[in-house]
Amino acid sequence: MSGSRQLLMDEHAVERVVARMARELVERNQGVERLSLLGIHRRGVQLSDLVAQEIERTEGRRPPQGTLDITLYRDDLMAIGPRPVVGETRLPAGGVDGRAMVIIDDVLYTGRTVRAALDELADFGRPSRIYLCVLVDRGGRELPIQPDVVGLVVDAGEDERVDVLVPDLDGRLGVELVERTAPHGGGGPGPGAGGPPAGGAGPSGGGEAGPGLATGKEA
Amino acid sequence: MPTSAPYLGKDLVGLEHLTREQILAVLDTAEPFKEISERQIKKVPVLRGKTIVNLFFEPSTRTRISFEFAEKRLSADTVNVAASGSSVVKGETLVDTARNLEAMRIDMVVIRHGSSGAARFLAERIPSNVINAGDGRHEHPTQGLLDMLTIRDRLGRIEGLRVCLVGDVLHSRVARSNIWGLTKLGAEVAVCGPPTLMPREIEALGVRVFKRVEEAIEWAEVLNVLRLQLERMQAGYVPSLREYNRVYGVSRERVEAVPRDLLILHPGPMNRGVEIDSDVADGPHSVILNQVTNGVAVRMAVLYLLAGGAPETAEVAKHGE
Repeated sequence: MSGSRQLLMDEHAVERVVARMARELVERNQGVERLSLLGIHRRGVQLSDLVAQEIERTEGRRPPQGTLDITLYRDDLMAIGPRPVVGETRLPAGGVDGRAMVIIDDVLYTGRTVRAALDELADFGRPSRIYLCVLVDRGGRELPIQPDVVGLVVDAGEDERVDVLVPDLDGRLGVELVERTAPHGGGGPGPGAGGPPAGGAGPSGGGEAGPGLATGKEA
Repeated sequence: MPTSAPYLGKDLVGLEHLTREQILAVLDTAEPFKEISERQIKKVPVLRGKTIVNLFFEPSTRTRISFEFAEKRLSADTVNVAASGSSVVKGETLVDTARNLEAMRIDMVVIRHGSSGAARFLAERIPSNVINAGDGRHEHPTQGLLDMLTIRDRLGRIEGLRVCLVGDVLHSRVARSNIWGLTKLGAEVAVCGPPTLMPREIEALGVRVFKRVEEAIEWAEVLNVLRLQLERMQAGYVPSLREYNRVYGVSRERVEAVPRDLLILHPGPMNRGVEIDSDVADGPHSVILNQVTNGVAVRMAVLYLLAGGAPETAEVAKHGE
C-alpha cells in the first residue's frame, strides 16, 4: 500500500492557487466571453467548480460548465484495470462550437488523459480554442502536451503519486505527495491503486521516490 | 465508490447465473452509454480493433440491429452471419461454424439460435466472448436487462415492484430472463396466460400465477406483455387469435379499469389486436419505444464489460492519470 504522505498544499494554499488560475484564465482569454469549463471526471469536475466560483466572484459571471469522462477514449483501457466505471459526460450549455474550452484536471502526468480528452472534444465539435488548466503538473510526460495554466509544478518520481483531495470525495481540500512502497504498483486487484487511508481513493498520478519538489510556478 | 465494475464472466449466456451486483453493474454501466447515442457523432473508440460476429440462426430484426448499432457505436468491426445463405444450410454444425470464425481471429460472438442451450454450448467451446441474443426457450438476457433498465428509468427502482408477465410464458425466453433478473433485484414477479402456454411448476421459480388477466392487471404495477407467436394457433395452443385477444389481450378497457398507472412493456414485435391493443401500445403508459432505445445502451454496456476481460488477466497500471 501507500507509504509516507507529504502535504504539498493545504486547503488555503489550494484556494489561493485556484484564485490565481482563474485570474490567469480570464486574462488569457481576455474576459469570460465564450469561455466554457470542462472538468475531467472525477476530480477535474470538482476543480472546475472551484474555478467557476472564483471567476464568478471576480467577474460577476459564471462560465458554462460541463463534465467529460474520457474512459472510452483511453489508449490504455485494458491496462488500467478491467472495466473501469464510466462516468457522466455532459457538455456545457452552449455546446463546444466556437467556444474557448478549458479542460480542467487535477494532475497532469503522462498526458494521455489530455490526449483522450482532446480526441473526445473533437468528436463533439470545433471549439475556437482549447486551454489546458491543471492544479498540479507532476512531470513525466509521454506525449507532447503542455498546460496553459498550472497551479503547482512538482517533479515527482515514478514511485510517487500526487493525490489531489477534494471535499466531495475525500472530505477535505489539499494536495499530497504519496510515496509508494516497492511491491505495490504493478498488480493488485483494485484499480485506482488502492485507497489511501485518508480517503484519497483517487488515482491522481504516480511518480518515483525522491520528490524534487518544485515551487509553485506558472506555466 | 468502486473504480471498477464487477467481472461478468467470459460470456453472457443468461441472467440465471448472474448475481444481483453483476446485474446492477450492467444497468449502471448502461447509463453513461445512453448519452453516446444522443451525440452528433455517435461513436466512441473503446472497442476499436475488436471483431464481433453476429451469428443469427433465427430471423431477428430488432435485436440484430440493436446489437449492430451498439457494436458500431463502440467502434468494433462487425460481420453479420444469417443462417440462410450461410454454410449452415449446407449442413455445417454450430461448432464447426464457430471454429471457422475463430480461425479468422474474432473477439466476440453474438448468437441467436432456436435451440435452448446453444449459447452455452458455444461459449464452452470457443475462447471468444459469447453473448446470448436468444436461445430457444431458454434466455434472452439483454432483453431482460433492457426491460429492467426501462422500468428503473421510469419508476426509479426495481426492488419491491410488482411485475407481471402476460402471455405465452411457455415458449418465452424473454419471460425467463425477466423472471431471473427481476427476482434477483427484489421485484415481486407474476405470470399470467392460458394454461396451455404456462410451464408446469412455474411457481418453483418464485413467481405467482394469475389465471385471469384482469386479476393480473389489478395486482401489477408493471405489465410486460409477451408476443404470441402466430404459429401457436396452428399448433393448437390457443383456439384462435380473436379468442386469445378476448380473454388475455391487454386492452384499454382492462388497463383503465384500475385506478393506478400501469407501466406497459412489450419486447416486440407486437401483434396489435392480439396480445396488446393499439390504444395501449401507443398510450401514455407504454414504454415500448424507450425499451428499444435502452436496448442499444444495455448492449453497449454488456460489450464493454465483457471486453474488459477477467481481473487476473488485466494488468493494473502503476498509475492512473
